[in-house]
Amino acid sequence: MENTVEIRWHGRGGQGAKTACLLLADAAFSSGKYVQGFPEYGPERMGAPITAYNRISDTRCTVHSNIYDPDYVVVVDESLIASVDVTKGLNPEGAIIVNTPRTPAEIRAELGGYTGRVCTIDARRISEEVLGNNFPNTPMLAAAVKVSGVVEPEQFIANMEASFRHKFATKPQVVAGNMTVLTQSMQEVQVG
Amino acid sequence: MSIRERLSGNEAVAYAMKQINPDVMGAFPITPSTEIPQYFAQYVANGEVDTEFVTVESEHSSMSTCIGAAAAGARAITATSSCGLALMWELLYVASSSRLPITLALVTRALTGPININNDHSDAMGARDAGWIQLFAENNQEAYDNYIQAMPISENPDVRLPIMTCQDGFITSHAVENIELEETDFVRSFVGEYQPENYLLKHENPLAVGPYGISPYYMEAKKAQAEAMKRAKKVILEVGKKFGDATGRYYGFFESYRMEDADTAVVLIGSSAGTARAAVDALRAQGRRVGMLKVRVFRPFPFDEIAQALSGCKAVAILDKAESFSAAGGPLFAETRSAMYDLENRPKAVNYVYGLGGRDFRVEDCTRIFDELDNIVETGETGEVYRHIGQRE
Repeated sequence: MENTVEIRWHGRGGQGAKTACLLLADAAFSSGKYVQGFPEYGPERMGAPITAYNRISDTRCTVHSNIYDPDYVVVVDESLIASVDVTKGLNPEGAIIVNTPRTPAEIRAELGGYTGRVCTIDARRISEEVLGNNFPNTPMLAAAVKVSGVVEPEQFIANMEASFRHKFATKPQVVAGNMTVLTQSMQEVQVG
Repeated sequence: MSIRERLSGNEAVAYAMKQINPDVMGAFPITPSTEIPQYFAQYVANGEVDTEFVTVESEHSSMSTCIGAAAAGARAITATSSCGLALMWELLYVASSSRLPITLALVTRALTGPININNDHSDAMGARDAGWIQLFAENNQEAYDNYIQAMPISENPDVRLPIMTCQDGFITSHAVENIELEETDFVRSFVGEYQPENYLLKHENPLAVGPYGISPYYMEAKKAQAEAMKRAKKVILEVGKKFGDATGRYYGFFESYRMEDADTAVVLIGSSAGTARAAVDALRAQGRRVGMLKVRVFRPFPFDEIAQALSGCKAVAILDKAESFSAAGGPLFAETRSAMYDLENRPKAVNYVYGLGGRDFRVEDCTRIFDELDNIVETGETGEVYRHIGQRE
């Protein structure tokens, strides 16, 4: 579809890739876009590879198939690179964003010749430093927004505060930490 | 004024239920039921509705609950999916033959064997002969809109039949997309109060429900059901028009998409119609005269209207997201092809079984079908009519 940004998420069950996908849909919706956010369902269990998808556009996208030629790929767990062809169909004009402490150059060497941008972010470290636990999806969401530009960063931050207040209605004490994670992650993402 | 929102199909239907505030919901509270009763249970717990929410031990009992409640004169609803619907089977027939206008929100999913939780229409198509009205949605918007139209159709005194509003499992039910919601005041006035003329507990004129139908009476009861299903057609159109006049979103038996002057067309149900729409647009941009007919109402089947809509085509492909093991094609194919029998210059027709157990259906698949239809038009040879697409051999 013309003018539709397509994003594919790779994660493992329990890491929140689906939640991040739905939060991205939320953020894009709040900025006036038409959105789709949908996970691929199967017999989920903790740690199993899962895939989720976003379509974001200025007009309603009616296609209801999975995404095979994404503009962006987000890898929430870098160990998946060894077992899943994460760059399959990925637009060379787009980018892949990987959760890793390593550099873009090191990751590129493992991506089978992908020529587009390779971006990295140490989502685990940021999450553990700020939230005291490994919740990689919030940093990955921030990195995906920064790299793809599907939502203006300032608008994104403003929208997410409201989304977090809604999502964490029963534990408002975690909102501030998640907001810090978002801004810090947008600064730290490395583009190579 | 419509309200711009983003919701999954499950959330959209649960929200419509909240706006309607029905009397009773019977629901099996875990898998294979859907998120719909889960969301609705929150509305109940928060006091946002005053529905009697009855959690039961099986889907057989959730439909029994609805039957009891509806017989007593209440507006009763439930929601289920897949093998949950299969477990209701016996009671589906009790509900329809007792002429109880129960509303069932179905999230269509495969029936197990091999074990599978993903989307197809096996559950709904299996229940097609149960005497229920069946409406199908392409997306969350239609799931919401169909739900709001369901009760005015099924409770109409000329109809009094239960109704199933169907949306595709996961593809629609779990996908978040934009949606236009209507104000609750509008929804309540559109749906109205349920005021049955007779019911079990009406003290001045109590109604017997579920008596034995001996042979001298059984067939009359069935004929009456069949006549009610025929009358439902007029009511479905009236309600769809009234809804459209108020919201700008009009509904009929089916949607004809770019069918004017189309030489070839696909006929299908549900979320894949959106994918077919993209294929049609791309091929139209190349100058090819292609169209799509999306069936919204499968029961009652709009026999004459579908035939008329397809009458100008040279070849059509009818797509079934269910395998009926007739060895000759799926249910939508059988009925659509039969409908075209009386046309003077009837199009050639082929069947594609697709999308079983969540098998993805892509724009490219639909384009391939149009290519094969062109081949039929060019050669005049239909070839094998009963085909499958998307599976490995």
